[in-house]
Amino acid sequence: MADHDHTDPPSDPALRVKALESLLIEKGLIDPDVVGEFADYYEHRVGPRNGAKVVARAWCDRAYRERLLANGTAAIAELQFGGLQGEEMVVLENTPATHNVVTCTLCSCYPWPTLGLPPTWYKSFAYRSRVVIEPRSVLAEFGLHLPDEVEVRVYDSNAEIRYLVLPMRPAGTDDWSEEKLASLVTRDCMIGTAVPNLPA
Amino acid sequence: MDGIADMGGMHGFGPLERADERGPFHNEWERRILGITFAALGAGLFNVDEIRRTTESADPLTYLKSTYYERWLYSAEDLLKEKGAVTAGELATGRSVTGPANNVPPVTKEIARVILEHGGTSRSADGAPSRFKSGDAVVARNIHPRGHTRLPRYVRGKCGTIVLDHGIFALPDSNSAGLGLQPQHVYGVRFTARELWGPRASERDTLQIDLFDDYLDRLAAPAE
Repeated sequence: MADHDHTDPPSDPALRVKALESLLIEKGLIDPDVVGEFADYYEHRVGPRNGAKVVARAWCDRAYRERLLANGTAAIAELQFGGLQGEEMVVLENTPATHNVVTCTLCSCYPWPTLGLPPTWYKSFAYRSRVVIEPRSVLAEFGLHLPDEVEVRVYDSNAEIRYLVLPMRPAGTDDWSEEKLASLVTRDCMIGTAVPNLPA
Repeated sequence: MDGIADMGGMHGFGPLERADERGPFHNEWERRILGITFAALGAGLFNVDEIRRTTESADPLTYLKSTYYERWLYSAEDLLKEKGAVTAGELATGRSVTGPANNVPPVTKEIARVILEHGGTSRSADGAPSRFKSGDAVVARNIHPRGHTRLPRYVRGKCGTIVLDHGIFALPDSNSAGLGLQPQHVYGVRFTARELWGPRASERDTLQIDLFDDYLDRLAAPAE
């Protein structure tokens, strides 16, 4: 069952949201000019390009990488990223021996300052239910097939700590600039459902 | 609670669908409910643990048939009714019968920006002393609280190892129920896939989850 599949809502949510908003405005509990600010911020100011810059910096700067792994929140703040749902960041380093993948089974907790709001599939019942019990099958559906000798480590981010995966830098990128490296780092690489690949 | 939201390890939800990648919002009302919720949070009308409690308290059919932002809507409606900020009748009409509430200043644009750029952590400087340290063998308690908890069913009764201590945070179980912060340590606890899922799971794979001190017992050493 997909999160966006529904046929029989109790009533039109658009009407209910409108009623709720006008009611709270009339009561003076919310400012109508403020309501749109939150969505605007995540549509225009924040997204996975932030996380990609963090990853590329870690690939290029050994000292930054050490700071990032020791204190994710502080190192991410060095690049001016932080805020709501990124207050307690831990960065997970993929290695040849360990591949990390992140979920939140109970709701859909996600590191907003570095990745933006989560994609629909991250919030789906299929991902939340399955990735903890059959991570390799789920990763295979993303086209990621990991050898048996690699440990798949699933993180269920159900408390207040939020996780960003630091993928391995692809071979053959030694002379790449930090900016060019960042272009390889997709959102899914930082959730752990993909790895960076050189363009074919 | 042992509710429908606690779905880690359930079967039957089918393959992943990833076609839907149009950005964070699909409709204007989704943008609005996000903003309404944060404006209400910022004004102190409720807290994030209460949002999670009401969201997961939906009856299972409603939960499964609703979209992500529909669940935000239902949660905001339920919480505002619970707190006495609005009535069911007012929600139905969208009109206030009591007039303005003067005791809660609304979130301004400036405060909204502070919320977005700085957030707010439930980390605490003080709290209950830690009962565990890295390397300790622990068992997640087999408890079934009727209220909100961040201890999912699939780890209860399972044995794991403390990997790190994240520090002291407010306990969602109490903070969601108006019973105070009860700040205590949160640990990264690692379980083997086989401990959680049995002998057919990979012998190499693991799962790490952040668990509050109250969710754990020390694993007694086996008798010699």
